[in-house]
Amino acid sequence: MSRFHDLTQLPDARGHFGPYGGRFVSETLSFALEELETIYASLKDDPEFQAEFDRDLKHYVGRPSPLYHAERWSREIGGAQIWLKREDLNHTGAHKVNNTIGQALLAKKSGKPRVIAETGAGQHGVATATVAARLGLKCEIYMGAEDVERQKLNVYRMHLLGAKVVPVESGSRTLKDAMNEALRDWVTNVDDTFYIIGTVAGPHPYPMLVRDFSAIVGREARQQSLEQIGRLPDALVACVGGGSNAMGLFYPFVEDDDVIMYGVEAGGEGVATGRHAAPLTANAPRGVLHGNRTYLMSDEGGQVADTQSISAGLDYPGVGPEHALWKDVGRVRYVAADDNEVLAAFRELTLVEGIMPALESAHALAHAKKLAGEMSPDQHIVVNLSGRGDKDIHTVAKLDGIEF
Amino acid sequence: MNRTVSNRIDRRFAALKAQGRTALIPYITAGDPAPAHTVDFMHACVEAGADVIELGVPFSDPMADGPVIQKACERALKHGTRLQHVLEMVAEFRQRDDDTPVVLMGYLNPIERMGYDVFTRQAQASGVDGVLVVDMPPEEAGDNAALFAEHGLQSIFLLAPTTSDARAKAICEHGEGYLYYVSLKGVTGAATLDADAVGEQLAKLRRVTELPLCVGFGIRDGATAAAIGRVADGVIVGSALVGRIAERADDPASIPAALKSILGEMREALDREAAH
Repeated sequence: MSRFHDLTQLPDARGHFGPYGGRFVSETLSFALEELETIYASLKDDPEFQAEFDRDLKHYVGRPSPLYHAERWSREIGGAQIWLKREDLNHTGAHKVNNTIGQALLAKKSGKPRVIAETGAGQHGVATATVAARLGLKCEIYMGAEDVERQKLNVYRMHLLGAKVVPVESGSRTLKDAMNEALRDWVTNVDDTFYIIGTVAGPHPYPMLVRDFSAIVGREARQQSLEQIGRLPDALVACVGGGSNAMGLFYPFVEDDDVIMYGVEAGGEGVATGRHAAPLTANAPRGVLHGNRTYLMSDEGGQVADTQSISAGLDYPGVGPEHALWKDVGRVRYVAADDNEVLAAFRELTLVEGIMPALESAHALAHAKKLAGEMSPDQHIVVNLSGRGDKDIHTVAKLDGIEF
Repeated sequence: MNRTVSNRIDRRFAALKAQGRTALIPYITAGDPAPAHTVDFMHACVEAGADVIELGVPFSDPMADGPVIQKACERALKHGTRLQHVLEMVAEFRQRDDDTPVVLMGYLNPIERMGYDVFTRQAQASGVDGVLVVDMPPEEAGDNAALFAEHGLQSIFLLAPTTSDARAKAICEHGEGYLYYVSLKGVTGAATLDADAVGEQLAKLRRVTELPLCVGFGIRDGATAAAIGRVADGVIVGSALVGRIAERADDPASIPAALKSILGEMREALDREAAH
C-alpha cells in the first residue's frame, strides 16, 4: 500500500489538512459555508449530479483534453520525454473552467441567481462569466486594479460575456485584494449569491470541492499515460499559485509513490531577492488568510506581504492548505521558476512546438526543461499546460517594446 | 472557562447592570491617523462616557470591514503600526486609566506571527482584558482560548443574524466578557438597522446565555444608539467614529473633541433611554 494513503482521507470533518486549512472566517460567513458544505455533501456522490458534471465537461468544455508528446522539444532538450496535458485546449482556454462548471452546478442547485468570483490573470473570471452566461446567472467579477491593467483582453472578454468587472483599488490591488472584496460582497449578499472561488484555498469546504472538480485533469492524465506511454510517468510538473491546476493533476496520483511531483511557484525576480510569490519554496511562516491556515508570506508584524510575479495568476502570498501539508510530508517537491526562466520557456515552447503557453503554465515548463535535462530519454514527465498564452501577448510584447 | 471577578470587563458590566445603564463601546483603529495619537483618543473616549474600548489592530487584509475601517488600517500601517506597538499603547493608556476595559479587535495573522505564548504574556502585562479575533470562530480557537484565559484575556466572540440556533448555543458556551452581535449582514460601516428585528434576535439569545449582549454595525448617532440601547446591554460604535477621524486626519489635534462630541451625544441618549 502507498505510504501516502492517509493523504487521500483529507480534509477532516472540519476542513483541516493536518495543521493547515480550516474555516477561519468571521461569524457572518459561517452560515453560508455551512450551507455550501451541506449542498456539496448531498451532491458529491449523487450519480445524477456527477453525470451532469461529466456531460458538461465533455460537450461544453471539450474534454478529455489531449496528452500531447512534445517530441521535438524533448529531443532538443535531450533528456526525458515531455508530455503536455493540454488544458489550454479547454473552452475558455485554461483548466479553470473544470472547477467553475462544477461550482456553477452547485449554484444552480442552491437556487441562487447571482454568482461572484475573484480573479488574478482573468482566466477564472472568464470561466465564471462563461458558465454564468450559459446558466443565465447574474455575474460580478472582482479583479485587482493592477491586474485589470495588465489583463485588458480578459477584462473585455468578461464584459462581452455579460459580467460586471469590479476593479479593486485596496491594498496591493492584486489577486488577494480581489478575494477580500469578493468575500465582503458575499457576506453582504449571501441570500442570493454564490461565491465561485477559483483556487484550492479559502475556507472549508472550498479547498476540498475545488480539488474534487479539478481532479478530472489528473484522472485523465493517469489513464492517458497508461495508454500512450504504457505506464505511469516518472514525474509530474505543474505551476502553483493558489494551486488548483497542480492539485487537479497531482491528486489522482497521490498514492502512486513512484511518481515524483514538482509544484513550481512564481520566483518573480528570484526567491533570494524577496520579490516573489513562492511561499512554499521560501519557507514562509505559517499564517492565516482568506479563511485557511497555510504557508503565508507576511512581515514580522503579520501583515501580508506584497508579492511579485510576471504572471497575475500566480501573484498570491499564500497557497492552498493541502499543498502546505504535501510539502511538510514530502509528497510534492516545491520549487520556483523566476520571471526570466519563465519568459524563455514561453518563447521556446511557442517556437519549437507551436504552442503558446500561459505565463503561469510557463513556470511549469521552465522547471520541466531543467528536470528533463537531468533525466534519460526513456523517462517521462507529464506537465500540466494549464492555460493558453493569448492573454499574455500584451505583457510579452511590451517587454519586446511593442505596443498595440 | 476561567471567569474571574477581577476581570475589568465583568466588573464593568456588573456595575452597569446595577445602575440599569447600557454600555457604550467605541472602536478605534490603533495608529490611525498616526500612532502618537491613539492613547489620547482612548482617554477622550473614556471622558465622553465610554465603558469599554475596542482597540483595532490594523491588518493588511481586513476582510470583514468596509471601506472606512479598511482605510483606517491603511493609514495606521503606513506609519508602521504593528501588534507590538498596539500593546505598548495599551500599557501607556493603563498608566492613567486602570479601570476601563480594553479589548483588542482584529484578525488572527498578526497574533499567529507573534506567537500565541508571546502575545498572551505581553497582552496581559500591557493590561489588555479581552481579545476579539474576527476570523477565529470558537471551533478554530482550539487551545488558544484556554491560553488566553490563563492570562486573564477574555475571548469575545461574534454572533450574526445568520448564525444558526445550534451554533449560537455553542458560541455562547465559549464566549466570555460579552457577546458581539453583528446587527447587519455585510461589512462594518454598512447601511441601515432594524432595532425591532435585533431585539427579537437578542431575546432568543438571552434564553441560552447570561453574557451581556452588545450590538455593533449600523450605530451612527444618538438616535440609533438609543434605539439599540433599548434592547441590548451595550452598543458598539466603530465606523461612525473612524469616519470622523478620517475627516480630520490632517488635523489630529481636533479629533479628541470630535470623538467626545459624538460619543457624548450617544452617552446622553443611552442614559436618557435608561432613565425612562
